Amino acid sequence: MTVNKWTAAEVARKVIDNEELFILDVRNHDAFEDWKIEGHKFEYLNIPYFELLDGVEEILPKLPTDKEVLVVCAKEGSSVMVAEMLSEAGREVAYLEGGMKSWSSYLEPIKVSDLENGGELYQFVRLGKGCLSYMVISEGEAAIIDAVRFTDVFTNFAKEKGVEIKHVFDTHLHADHISGGRHIAANTGATYYLPPKDATEVVFDYTPLTEGLNVKIGASQIDVNALYSPGHTIGSTSFVIDNQFLLTGDILFIDSIGRPDLAGLAEDWVGDLRETLYSRYRELAEDLVVLPAHFMIIDELNEDGTVARRLGDLFKENHGLNIEDEAEFRRTVTDNLPPQPNAYEQIRQVNMGKITPNNDEQTEMEIGPNRCAVR
Amino acid sequence: MNITKTLDAKGLACPMPIVKTKKAMDTINSGEVLEVLLTDKGALNDIPAWAKSGGHTVLEQKTEEDVLYFYIQKG
Repeated sequence: MTVNKWTAAEVARKVIDNEELFILDVRNHDAFEDWKIEGHKFEYLNIPYFELLDGVEEILPKLPTDKEVLVVCAKEGSSVMVAEMLSEAGREVAYLEGGMKSWSSYLEPIKVSDLENGGELYQFVRLGKGCLSYMVISEGEAAIIDAVRFTDVFTNFAKEKGVEIKHVFDTHLHADHISGGRHIAANTGATYYLPPKDATEVVFDYTPLTEGLNVKIGASQIDVNALYSPGHTIGSTSFVIDNQFLLTGDILFIDSIGRPDLAGLAEDWVGDLRETLYSRYRELAEDLVVLPAHFMIIDELNEDGTVARRLGDLFKENHGLNIEDEAEFRRTVTDNLPPQPNAYEQIRQVNMGKITPNNDEQTEMEIGPNRCAVR
Repeated sequence: MNITKTLDAKGLACPMPIVKTKKAMDTINSGEVLEVLLTDKGALNDIPAWAKSGGHTVLEQKTEEDVLYFYIQKG
């Protein structure tokens, strides 16, 4: 039987198209429990590769023959070994090229909407990590919001679209993933914006992103409006784009809200988070479509793979927007928080420009789920 | 600690460090200690998990200049 090699892009299509897949994950149990490839219709078997060194016979009855089987490990090596053993045992299986490392890195660009006069809004979905980045395109120009560190994906996409990247924004100083914003700006001559209240320790030049900043993209003047919305960090800023879309950064997600503790000041920032979610956002039009910087679970994806929901719907459905009692809200966002993201303190240092790890070290730092939310 | 055998698996990528460790383990007797030198960081979690599943004991683990050292007593 042949051993097939799948790319992360092919697995991403299976997730987005809601297809079935059986994943044999051969990493150790802790790694699997912490983080795996999520799909609506995926089934899983987790057997560490080192328990299969003497043969795969014992697991054959557990592997379906009427479904595609994908073997996954951390970097690829062990999945190739196990896939070859299964192949010799007469099973047709595939392995994931580059393993969870490449899954964590893969970005799928999906169009959220057309904007007036031929403009377009794209969401870049990093399925393996739950990060969402955005590109607004309008008549030869582009703006990027919350870019992840794979800068080529954005610059190549802009090239394909024939647009020049003029503005690059980070809604806040990220703690769960390494930003590509500053590097994209340096490579393209674009302006890089960061909220000054999050940037007190950064060691590079940036343009302050403050309340009321308004940038027009392209000749059709697509509006990008900044709205100060602290709470996840003290500088967290949202954007209203084309009067239709609300980019919430890490303040408001589809099925959860931002956590206030990743910069170390949960107690201080609870009040800000409350005010942003229960006052500032309430003054906005309910028809705005919320586009967050993360998703936490695969159920937050729409049928087309985007992560987007009407603000008015979130006011009704999102638990974090419906805690009337302030004391209870405070408890919810400060007590019993999920574990902090892997290496979040180091990641903040990288995003401040204080340390510059190599690519492998950056990959290690970003391993695992993002965990920026409180549910 | 009496080291019965040393395995140099530096530079090898997963799954080879564990494959070689298992083979080396097969050549020593119960109670004897295998020293393993590695550079693949994935081994930090995988060696203890493998040892546990095989009934072996990791007596000591240290890291010196990017080399990981494991001392595993055969079960």
